[in-house]
Amino acid sequence: MSEVAIELKDITKSFGSVVANKNVSLKVNKGEILSILGENGSGKTTLMNMLSGIYHPDSGQIFVGGKEASIQSPKDAFDYKIGMIHQHFKLVDVFTAAENIVLGLNEDGKYDIKKSARRIKEICDEYGFEIDPMKKIYEMSVSEKQTVEIIKVIYRGAEILILDEPTAVLTPKETEKLFSILRNMRDAGKAVIIITHKLNEVLELSDRVSVLRKGEYIGTVETKEATEQSLTEMMVGKKVSLNIERSEPQGCETRLTLTNVSVVNREGVSVLKNVNFTAKSGEILGIAGIAGSGQKELLEAIAGLQHLKSGSIVYHDPKTGKDENLKDKTPLQIRNLGVRLSFVPEDRLGMGLVGSMGITDNMMLRSYNKGKGFFLHRKSPKTLAEKIINELEVVTPGTETPVRKLSGGNVQKVLVGREIASTPTVLMAAYPVRGLDINSSYTIYNLLNQQKESGTAVIFVGEDLDVLIELCDRILVMCHGQISGIIDGRGAKKEEIGLMMTTLPEKESKEESDE
Amino acid sequence: MGFDLVYFLQRAVAQALPLLFGSNGEILNEKAGSLNLGIPGIMVSGGVAGIVSATIYENSVANPKGWIGLLISLLSSIACSLLVSLIYCVLTVTLRANQNVTGLAITTFGTGLGNYFGGAIASLLGLSSNTITTTVNAYKTPIIPFYDKLGAVGTIFFSHGFLFYVGVMIAVVSAIILKKTRVGLNLRAVGENPATADAAGINVTKYKYITTCLGGIVAGLGGLYFAIDYSNGLWDTQSFGERGWLAIALVIFVMWKPNLALVGSFLFGALYIADVFVPNLTPLTKEIFKMLPYVVTIIVLIATSFAKKKENQPPQSLGLAYFREER
Repeated sequence: MSEVAIELKDITKSFGSVVANKNVSLKVNKGEILSILGENGSGKTTLMNMLSGIYHPDSGQIFVGGKEASIQSPKDAFDYKIGMIHQHFKLVDVFTAAENIVLGLNEDGKYDIKKSARRIKEICDEYGFEIDPMKKIYEMSVSEKQTVEIIKVIYRGAEILILDEPTAVLTPKETEKLFSILRNMRDAGKAVIIITHKLNEVLELSDRVSVLRKGEYIGTVETKEATEQSLTEMMVGKKVSLNIERSEPQGCETRLTLTNVSVVNREGVSVLKNVNFTAKSGEILGIAGIAGSGQKELLEAIAGLQHLKSGSIVYHDPKTGKDENLKDKTPLQIRNLGVRLSFVPEDRLGMGLVGSMGITDNMMLRSYNKGKGFFLHRKSPKTLAEKIINELEVVTPGTETPVRKLSGGNVQKVLVGREIASTPTVLMAAYPVRGLDINSSYTIYNLLNQQKESGTAVIFVGEDLDVLIELCDRILVMCHGQISGIIDGRGAKKEEIGLMMTTLPEKESKEESDE
Repeated sequence: MGFDLVYFLQRAVAQALPLLFGSNGEILNEKAGSLNLGIPGIMVSGGVAGIVSATIYENSVANPKGWIGLLISLLSSIACSLLVSLIYCVLTVTLRANQNVTGLAITTFGTGLGNYFGGAIASLLGLSSNTITTTVNAYKTPIIPFYDKLGAVGTIFFSHGFLFYVGVMIAVVSAIILKKTRVGLNLRAVGENPATADAAGINVTKYKYITTCLGGIVAGLGGLYFAIDYSNGLWDTQSFGERGWLAIALVIFVMWKPNLALVGSFLFGALYIADVFVPNLTPLTKEIFKMLPYVVTIIVLIATSFAKKKENQPPQSLGLAYFREER
């Protein structure tokens, strides 16, 4: 029964100086579901992309069915009967399901979409899919699109299926259905690999679990013998001491009160659900959670960039002592109240800075509507740019050098420095140390600490749990757009946070399944 | 001056042909995701190449034969359009230059090329005349000799030279390929979503090159038709006018469907010459009639953007260069 379908040996892959996978080895048998578990940035997707031909490993070997395989392109992967279902669907909107499924194939005989549709129906009946092959993709729900993707790889004869976080976009009911289909496939002798960070799914679905942490292979366990605790421990690792200075919060006044905030995104999916918390001056509130748990939407809701479905966000203005409801304010009005957001997206330059402009010009993006007259006043932004360069030790040839040419750390110093320069009362920093080396990270931590000491309410969204525990006074943990708890940063346990990130407290998760 | 309906329709078909070729070529381009604004330039250069080569041929042999002149001009037209299309491909597909800028440059270049060689061919070759009567006469002999026995239908549709049949055939064949074949499916995927096509194992670059070049050749034939039939072998950029741009507008009008282009180009052809045929027009109303093709295009644009039917929208990746690394 346990015939090896695919085996990875000592796979290493780096992007520039960042090692995404280091000596990873794992094995999948036929007729088995293997989960690959790990936090964000642990290298799960990179590893699987090497199986599907998108990346090529720097070193190491891949064996398919016992023979060494060289997978150079997605087409090679098909030839080895490996099919990957990406998180972002690769489908043509104006085509029908059947057209998408046969796209690019060189089947024998005449092109006959009706014949293909009949074969698709057979596959559907065999594994329990429900789909109309003649339906257009743009008329489909997310789960139907995913079904098309899965049928596509099966139609091409895939024996090894890789699914990258397939449940991220599904409702609980759709997830159940997907799982029963995956079990059917396992019983039909296919090897299924599912990438996920949801512990309950791992325990429910898979036969074995392989855990990755920061690009390294930690180990593989039988699901029967694993528990949520043991898996969390493997996933987050032991606590690392960082020695970030942390002062006691002082003069805490409530700055922001969020009551029952809910947000629905454009696709109609609920991204924030009944969020309640307060942010206080003189403290750093950390936000932990797996990427896409609603952190971005939460900050954007406060900054006025998201439309609230329900709930209220009240800002307590220290200057006037008045309470302002941010729900009815424009982003500009909110900014002028002193609520500042510096968001560092994955590509760092995507939000907030214009890459081809110098530091001075980027400072002016925030002050363009100040000053009178037709012509720009470049003097004060230039002074500000010089101040940031000096105080934050930004390495740049000058204030007019395009920001794009600076290193990542320096770009982020500019981004955070600009928001700090406006002496905000609430500073929201999302992933400010993303991609930074350790020294630059500490500069940013110190900046946040200074802000806290000067009486700003700091909200810090971070990825690294060790940092959150060391830096923050309180840590708010998010899971699926809800708050699974707020704990004290002092004495917080990594395992505890890790568990909260992946599971909601009993009561709320029950509510969710009721819907 | 009375209104001769049969003659009007016959002329409308004649006017329709350059538009049919041009829009068909542009449809092929756009289906592969290339918004080729170089089509007007390619049409001019394709037409001029046909005339220039025929002129050289007729002046270098003692007894030029019509069909050889035609063959030579046809092949030169194809070669020239192919060459100009290749420039566009290399720039936009391989070097990923901006399609709009490249297209406009190609149109400027092609028109300039046409003006230069089309206008100065006689003096360039040191000839006293630059007529290609033998070739033109050979072209104008209808393929179906008994067309006048078919009544009005014969006059309207079958009194034209062989390029009429070529144009109709190309439209029908491209409609079938796009709709009914595997190649057509792959091609449409390339224009809609090249990343998906790539992931499905389709060679995006190859598809873009081939369709853009084929599209260019088809459009060039439209120029050739205009040069040999309409302007009797003498090139005049002025009278070629806006036909290239009108062909691109027609693509939107027929919603990227070559079979509809048959009807659409006929309609546009009729509108294009309506001001000459409708009796008793004042100078003012004449100008209004001349506007009609453009007005119709704008109305169709508004109508299709209201309808929002996804199938009738431009290919999704139209105008965008494809980069595999960006995923």
